[in-house]
Amino acid sequence: MTDPLRPSDHADSAPSAGAAASDDITQPQLGVVGWLRWGWRQLTSMRTALVLLLLLAIAAVPGSLVPQRSADPNGVTQYFTDNPDLAPVLDKLSLFDVYTSPWFSAIYLLLFISLIGCVLPRTKHHWKALRSQPPRTPARLSRLDDHRTREIAVEGDADAAGAAAVETAAAQLRKSGYRVARYDGRGTFSVSAERGYLRETGNLLFHGALVGVLIAVGVGGGFTYTGQRVLVEGQAFANSLLDYSSFNPGRFVNGDTLTPYSMTLDRFDVTYVPPGQPGSGQAGNFVAHVTTQAPGSDPQDGEVRVNHPLDVQGDRVYLLGNGYAPTVTIRDAQGNEVFHDSVAFLPQDANMTSLGVIKVADGLPQQLGLLGFFYPTMDVLDTGALTSTYGALEYPTLTLRVYEGDLGIDDGTPRSVYTLDPSGMTQIAGGDSGNPAIQLMPGQTEDLPNGLGTITFENEAPAGAVGYEGSVKRFASLSIHRDLAGPWVLGFALLALFGLLAALFVPRRRMWVKASPQNGTVLIEYAGLARGEDPTLAAAVDQLADKHGATLPAPPSQSHPDTGKVD
Amino acid sequence: MPGTDPLLLDEISLLLVWTAVAIYVLAFIAYAIDLARRSDLALKAKDEVVARELVTAGGGGVITTGGGSSASTPSAKPRYLWARLGTVLTALGFVFHLVATVLRGVAAERVPWSNMYEFALTGLLLIIAVYLAVLTKFDLRFLGALMTGLAVLLLGGATLAFHVEVVPLADPLKSVWLVVHVFVASLATALFALAFGLSVVQLIQTRRERKLAEAPVDAAPSRSFLRTVPNADALESLAYRFAIVGFIFWTFTLIAGSIWANDAWGRFWGFDTKEVWTFVIWVLYAGYIHARATRGWRGTRSAWLSIIGFTAVLFNFTIVNVFFKGLHAYSGLTT
Ligand code: HEM
Repeated sequence: MTDPLRPSDHADSAPSAGAAASDDITQPQLGVVGWLRWGWRQLTSMRTALVLLLLLAIAAVPGSLVPQRSADPNGVTQYFTDNPDLAPVLDKLSLFDVYTSPWFSAIYLLLFISLIGCVLPRTKHHWKALRSQPPRTPARLSRLDDHRTREIAVEGDADAAGAAAVETAAAQLRKSGYRVARYDGRGTFSVSAERGYLRETGNLLFHGALVGVLIAVGVGGGFTYTGQRVLVEGQAFANSLLDYSSFNPGRFVNGDTLTPYSMTLDRFDVTYVPPGQPGSGQAGNFVAHVTTQAPGSDPQDGEVRVNHPLDVQGDRVYLLGNGYAPTVTIRDAQGNEVFHDSVAFLPQDANMTSLGVIKVADGLPQQLGLLGFFYPTMDVLDTGALTSTYGALEYPTLTLRVYEGDLGIDDGTPRSVYTLDPSGMTQIAGGDSGNPAIQLMPGQTEDLPNGLGTITFENEAPAGAVGYEGSVKRFASLSIHRDLAGPWVLGFALLALFGLLAALFVPRRRMWVKASPQNGTVLIEYAGLARGEDPTLAAAVDQLADKHGATLPAPPSQSHPDTGKVD
Repeated sequence: MPGTDPLLLDEISLLLVWTAVAIYVLAFIAYAIDLARRSDLALKAKDEVVARELVTAGGGGVITTGGGSSASTPSAKPRYLWARLGTVLTALGFVFHLVATVLRGVAAERVPWSNMYEFALTGLLLIIAVYLAVLTKFDLRFLGALMTGLAVLLLGGATLAFHVEVVPLADPLKSVWLVVHVFVASLATALFALAFGLSVVQLIQTRRERKLAEAPVDAAPSRSFLRTVPNADALESLAYRFAIVGFIFWTFTLIAGSIWANDAWGRFWGFDTKEVWTFVIWVLYAGYIHARATRGWRGTRSAWLSIIGFTAVLFNFTIVNVFFKGLHAYSGLTT
């Protein structure tokens, strides 16, 4: 028996086998072991696998309807704001974390247990099958659907001719990849041939590789880290925990032993489709030009582009975002510099209207918070509101509202550098404060209200620059990853794909060639039997009959048509 | 094509698309008439070969190359003129469709698959191409109405609702994986569509066969095109053959998409909307393949899974494109 092992409810296995199996297990005196065995057989049945697969498909759907914390944390926050009553209920059901939820995990874990329970015995069985002989030639080949006959005339020893013909067939079959065995007896000679073990191998490889994918994702994820860092042009960063603005390590990552290297953002380039062309204003060709240096080696130039992360010492650097980082200097009433920095402003729309916050913690009588809007190409709407109409620096303008008071950072509460909490502060410029908001173009200086000092929007353009090009620095938001799972997952996925190709397209079939010497002639029969889907079987039998027939002597004068089917 | 106005090229392309849609409509009508007339033809053929018809009630078991279906003996093989017309029209529409797609690509100076309109344009082009290619091997013209209907609805709908001017490719889409991923996904979709059509016909055929088995022997023969198509078993195994090729392509789509996602976003899998649906479809078809091997599920139940699978594909086809629109906003690289 070299058929692949299948669960008892497989469509190919005889119904009686399944019925018999369930008969002897419903007997009550089976006890614990019996019940366990029953449960295991249920779990590893085709029906269970099928139901679990369908459940998995259904269970995955809600994650596309409700925002997920993993993919869209802001969406989840928004959802809570929009649906204050519903959201907590959904949260209880893990609907914001579908793919790590207990119910989703339960389904795929059960599925994989079932898979392993199904595949292990089959592997063992297949291992044995790989070294067994093709089965005996059936006594009556003519019963098979695909059956051809040919009769040849022989002078002399019909037995020898029959044996020789079968030997030739065996050689031909072996050459086309069949495993063959000779079965002679009762006056006939035959060869039994089988091919397509690769089909079952492929099936097992496919299912096994799926387990590989799961393990690689689970274990590999533990060795993976991602970190984010915003770099303004000219700024450098060292690959250590301290220098990241956020860092998500896997379980087994030691944050203290990151591969040491440094990276400087030299320049950030972007092009805009000029006005008047299709897609005008669309930004593209983002490139962060960086210099990286590992200890003890020379600095190296590199580029980080969308779709083209940069490999540095086994880490991959991705371009997440970019924007403008206006350089602002603030001086107190005496003209002493109390603040000087390039502050990353976050883009709010396609034309790079950007929002940023400047915090001056020391050096002035009270702490100062400035909420700024930056417009690379400023224009005034009919309503009087400002807007940006183009992403490049055509008419760069910075507007600032100023708040005085307590920034709320002294007690150690972590505050985002991108937000300002004005409670506990007094607005002294912009809004209802009585003073107009401060409005600056690069190179301009204005007084702060109440004689506090001055503020300058520095022009960073190199000497001799045309217009405002280069007047405001850019920043790149980089994401740095080390991913040990990826290559393994890919490897297993490709194995699964190859396994699938073999499992679905390698035909598994048996062929028989039988010679029955009769007085003066030899009747040669060819027959084939498909195991599983095999639309090309009939053609294969024809081909065998033709190829083998070509090596045979002519048929006796009055004979059957060459490859006629015998009814 | 330097010096040629891309806007003009796109306008010509659009004109050709509408021409193609119009021709597909005609093809659809021809195929529909064919289906309506098939029963008559088959009945006439039956009168000629009554004896044999009894044996093959429910249609022939084999699907032959070219010519009519094998419902009747070769000598009495009905010639489906309307189906032939439908196929010729489909091929003609395809030519216009192809030129339109190429022109769109020339106008944009890149592969024409970067927004909803272009996805529909290229995707349906491939679907029709696969259908026409399959026709050279199997006589599936009874699915012609479905395929051309799909093309008219989706291509016409996408052109009406989503046609946009040619714009440069957004950065995240500048990747060879875009080319591979979308191409293979469209091929898979085409094969799933054929499997879907076969499964639908299989279900109807099954019902007819059951009725036929229950009906008294001397009952009047039913007037239906179904007598000219293969029996339910043959339909099922053919549907399965298309579906597994589709499944392989889909598996590849999944892998290629992950590689691309890893380059573009720094993670190969993140369960966002598009990824979820690609996964759901993959699992559904894995379920379908299993169902075919599970006792009690072969036949009608597995056919339903094939239908559900393709419904999910169609759903994803729109979701994917909506998602890519989101990617356009992303191309401004706002954090
Ligand atoms: C992650 C879950 C699973 C997936 C995605 C999956 C997918 C597939 C696919 C695509 C095939 C067709 C390829 C082939 O014939 O080799 C297949 C076949 C098969 N699977 Fe699975 N499977 C899963 C779990 C299971 C489990 C749990 C079992 C055990 C009960 C199982 C048993 C089988 C068997 C016996 C076949 C051969 C069917 C035949 O004879 O045609 N699979 N599976």
